Amino acid sequence: MASIGKIARRTFLIGAAAIAGGVAVGYWYVSRPYDNPLEDDLAEGEATFNPFVKIASDNIVTVIAPRAEMGQGISTTLAAFVAEELGVPLEELTVEHGPTSFAYYNGTMMEESGPFPWFDDSLLASIARDAFSTVGKVLGLQATGGSASTRDGFERMRQAGAAARHMLLAAAADRFDVPAGQLETVGRTVVHKASGKSATFGELAVDAAKMSPPSSVKLKDKADWTLLGKPQKRVDMLAKVTGAPIFGVDVMLPDMLFGTVKMNPVFWQKPASVDLSKAEAVKGVVKIVPLDTTYGHGFGVIAENTWAAFRAADLIEADWGKPDFPADGAAVNEALNAALATDGSRLRDDGDVDVAFADAPADSVLEAEYAVPFLAHICMEPMNATARFKDGKLELWAPNQMPTLVEYLSGAAIGLESANVTAHTTSLGGGFGRREADTTIYAAIMAKEVEGRPVKVIWSREEDVRHDSYRPAAKGRFRARLNQDGLPAALDMRIAAPSVVASVMRRTFPSLSPAGPDGTITQGSHDQPYTIADYRVSGAKADLGVPVGFWRSVGNSFNGFFHEGFMDEIATKGGLDPVEMRRKLMAAHPAAVKVVDKVAEMANWGEPLPAGRGKGFAFTLSFGSWVGEIVQVAETDAGIRVEKVWIAADVGTAIDPGIIEAQLTSGAIFGLSAAMGQEITFANGMVEQSNFHDFDAMRIHQCPEFEVAILENYHRMGGVGEIGTPPAAPALANAIFALTGKRIRALPLSREVSFA
Amino acid sequence: MRLTVDGREIEIDPDPEMPLLWALRDLAGITGPKFGCGIAACGACTVLVDGVPVRSCSLPVGGVEGDIVTIEGLADGDTLSAVQQAWLDEQVAQCGYCQAGQIMSATALLDEVSDPTDEDIDNAMGGNLCRCGTYPRIRAAIKRAAAMKLARA
Ligand code: FES
Ligand code: FES
Repeated sequence: MASIGKIARRTFLIGAAAIAGGVAVGYWYVSRPYDNPLEDDLAEGEATFNPFVKIASDNIVTVIAPRAEMGQGISTTLAAFVAEELGVPLEELTVEHGPTSFAYYNGTMMEESGPFPWFDDSLLASIARDAFSTVGKVLGLQATGGSASTRDGFERMRQAGAAARHMLLAAAADRFDVPAGQLETVGRTVVHKASGKSATFGELAVDAAKMSPPSSVKLKDKADWTLLGKPQKRVDMLAKVTGAPIFGVDVMLPDMLFGTVKMNPVFWQKPASVDLSKAEAVKGVVKIVPLDTTYGHGFGVIAENTWAAFRAADLIEADWGKPDFPADGAAVNEALNAALATDGSRLRDDGDVDVAFADAPADSVLEAEYAVPFLAHICMEPMNATARFKDGKLELWAPNQMPTLVEYLSGAAIGLESANVTAHTTSLGGGFGRREADTTIYAAIMAKEVEGRPVKVIWSREEDVRHDSYRPAAKGRFRARLNQDGLPAALDMRIAAPSVVASVMRRTFPSLSPAGPDGTITQGSHDQPYTIADYRVSGAKADLGVPVGFWRSVGNSFNGFFHEGFMDEIATKGGLDPVEMRRKLMAAHPAAVKVVDKVAEMANWGEPLPAGRGKGFAFTLSFGSWVGEIVQVAETDAGIRVEKVWIAADVGTAIDPGIIEAQLTSGAIFGLSAAMGQEITFANGMVEQSNFHDFDAMRIHQCPEFEVAILENYHRMGGVGEIGTPPAAPALANAIFALTGKRIRALPLSREVSFA
Repeated sequence: MRLTVDGREIEIDPDPEMPLLWALRDLAGITGPKFGCGIAACGACTVLVDGVPVRSCSLPVGGVEGDIVTIEGLADGDTLSAVQQAWLDEQVAQCGYCQAGQIMSATALLDEVSDPTDEDIDNAMGGNLCRCGTYPRIRAAIKRAAAMKLARA
């Protein structure tokens, strides 16, 4: 039994590609619940009911929200699920991330790994979703990503709250010798009104935990929700306005050393030669250790304080070697062009595109080429991790998005089994898909060199920018054939980009080579709710050598721009209003049309604008949510100003409208920041940017006004954390076209226009 | 050397060239001010020195004279400052990492200008990057804090 889990975990990790071989796992294994990790660590008189709830004798009720809190508000939403069913006000709960455990697997994150679009409700699509969800469970992959955490916790955490309540009431019924049906709760106390008897949850906890959990629980109907569906006060807000030490960089341990890393700016290479003498001479430096890992080669500097470590890292002199990958922009472009010349794999192929174009009159055909650059994540909290190696055991403290994997990989880097590794997940000062295991691997290797003493390793911003897992650069060639009525009869999109899955595998499990197509290359183009008779989207892998990874909304971040920029061009050529054209092409998907209608109405789309203003529209279905955005820009003396953004999003079921509004706004600003000015470029195989002076994000004076509407028409719940990003860039580019007549097909837009 | 931080005297022995930020964080264990860039480009490390907002990542500790106030020193016991309370009321923070710096810059702004215009806010807060894009709520919170302070006064 354990060996199946082990093999499965080792062998099948990320996405459909990695799982292509298939693994036979019996239902008996899949349905077996994991042990409750809270049982290992209970205080005297404390009891746990399931992996999500524990209650101490002093009536502290702790909810485990086992997903990385990176700003998206997940700790609040997961706690609210429990609070709703437990019947306790949210502010009376103590919310923790909790330990690392397979029990906290994310089953939803992988659910959409099959080749079915979100709106496919066929039996086959449902079977595939179940199968992939099962894979997440078997792997015990505790992970935060794919905008999946709320969906994943929706059933499980409400059930956890309901089951705990059931057991508490049962224990009270026994104690008071009354029927459970006569009991109610007030805060964290069970009350029997008729007799005046009462007991706190804390007083009941130990007895209650011995009760058998209900075999099934009835969850509240949506109409009866008191917390869900309404904006909650975030459980992490007080800590965040008082400067509480909640982040990875804030970890303080007795006898702690400080450190940083200096990795080879030429990815993957081992330095040909190195001179550490100047670095070692810096006062406060304890030790400089080589780091040779699957993430790259370089050095870890251990010192008495971070500043000494930073200075020493700057003084490391090395011949870093030559890149074995396309070393500059021209070479990257060439490699993308070469990939575009191949067929790639088609995740959408409706009708017969080749036939459709074969006899197309020249004036009915529109062609265009689009491109986007590499991007860094620049999480506000730079990469960091703290590690202690002592008595053959490794302990880690890190802002991370996948603690079970972090334990496995960081332990393996110093020859330890996961069982001897404990990872603590801190709050994340931003994540956006960046927080991989490199930070903890490096910290583990460094900690082993100073056995017994913890080392807090904080990267400089320069290291953070130059050693990211970048959003891939990508390029697309598109053509459309228009009908007499201006609508597209045929659409052919060919997109080339490095494979995120292949790159992640190279870093994490280099011995495995992923097979099959990487859906992220065309995600956001091949899965959109448009009906076009001949509609083909092909994605070709371009191996650019640069480490690429998950960047908020992943493939949607560039496919949104490709697809919706080109749609705007089609509307222009066909003489159609871009919004009206969407209504027609999306008519088969009422949820999409309602989003389009809503955002158009909010923005008063179609009203005549004064000279010097323009509006642009874009739509992307991503992570199960349907999002339309309209951007309004104005010409000013200082350049183009992004004045206002309207967003309508159908998320199926809106759990916390306050958090959703914040995430939609945040996601759009993330997309606008990138579209306006961000790019990572290379010279001699090295990243040219290094800090916020040359890789910045939107500032407050550039921030537009926002108006957001949240809709709940679709019958399945969608994600929230990433969905605001994809339509932002195309809506802005389309607005600039409306304003200036200039069609910009390559990002960042600042190469062509200047912004106020 | 001695520093006065959040009303407390602290005794540390840093290299005078060490930036105030690292002296506070690594030597004094005051982790409220955050490291974001080290080049005065993001504002995460903002503290007040005699009421003036400074980027502590770029200020050698040896040259610091005056009372230092960090995010940890704004509240009076359990009573939050007006700015902190407004941040709580508007539910500003997402990841929260930039917010110590944002709140310090806003505090300095409101000490200077009791009823700031949007332009005042743009000018005072432009140096504070928020990667989560909480700007609309930051703006609302500053206006709310201004109103609260005027009401309290
Ligand atoms: S860390 Fe000081 S301004 Fe960024
Ligand atoms: S709240 Fe995350 S950087 Fe501002």
